[in-house]
Amino acid sequence: MEKIKSLADLKRIKENVQTKIDLREKSEQVESLVQIKVAMATCGIAAGSKETMNYFIENLEKNGIVAVVTQTGCMGYCYAEPTVEITKPGKDPIVFGHVTTERAEEIIQKYLKNDELVADIIPVNFDTIKDR
Amino acid sequence: MQTLSDHILDIAQNSIRAKASRVEIDLQEDPSTDSLTFTIRDNGCGMDEATLAKVTDPFFTSRTVRKVGLGIPLLKQNAEATGGTLQIESKQGVGTTLEAKFSLTHWDRPPLGDMAGSIVILVSANPDIEFIYRHITEKGCYTFDTEEVKEIMEGVPVNDPEIVMALRQMIRENIKEITQTT
Repeated sequence: MEKIKSLADLKRIKENVQTKIDLREKSEQVESLVQIKVAMATCGIAAGSKETMNYFIENLEKNGIVAVVTQTGCMGYCYAEPTVEITKPGKDPIVFGHVTTERAEEIIQKYLKNDELVADIIPVNFDTIKDR
Repeated sequence: MQTLSDHILDIAQNSIRAKASRVEIDLQEDPSTDSLTFTIRDNGCGMDEATLAKVTDPFFTSRTVRKVGLGIPLLKQNAEATGGTLQIESKQGVGTTLEAKFSLTHWDRPPLGDMAGSIVILVSANPDIEFIYRHITEKGCYTFDTEEVKEIMEGVPVNDPEIVMALRQMIRENIKEITQTT
């Protein structure tokens, strides 16, 4: 991979990405993006959520998955950090606990590709009245 | 926390929660005074005096999902373990400034860690907030400003995976240049 050091180098990368995005938008799948939220509060960071997030960013495209990877705060599952919430288009979000980089790979291969569930899913423990 | 970059990522998120639109992170390594100081300055909502007095208490938090708030207490502990200090100034409606001072050569000072990774996570998760990162060592100074990046991006989202990786590499290379020991 070429070295990126200056803003000019960055601009070159941007040109490439721009064309890819244009192609993607034309193939009408903008709404069908997978959303991946990595919990990143004190508890998450201390448990290594940074590596988990980097792993997702670096490995999704290799696996042909177009997803938005972002961060969120603490959901109160500090004991199970790093936690990751994944929303597949048209489905309810699922929260995965103890997502180390190995587990992240498992999630990519099993859940994201084949809809198979993996261990350490944190069950939904309440509904709000609004949801009913 | 294993590294200083983890602390910075953690503390900067307090600024984001305080609805800041601009967050400045300054980091200075100064061998002549044996100090490593970082400052995080935001223009968020700030805190009143009563809240400010409680922020270093591990059993105080503004969150509702849990009853502990360890971000600042852990940083304070780490800084003080090296003979350093932690200072926070805040004014309601104006913003908050946090300064953590470490002894540069102390055994217990955590390593700097993946600073580029922390900055990029902040930038890509909060595209509407302006981040300025300034890193000063005796070899030179590097400034990263999201406004400059946005100008170049011309609408391409900064949270696209490829852009994220490119940004990370760019910051990493620049930091390497001013921190490398020969």
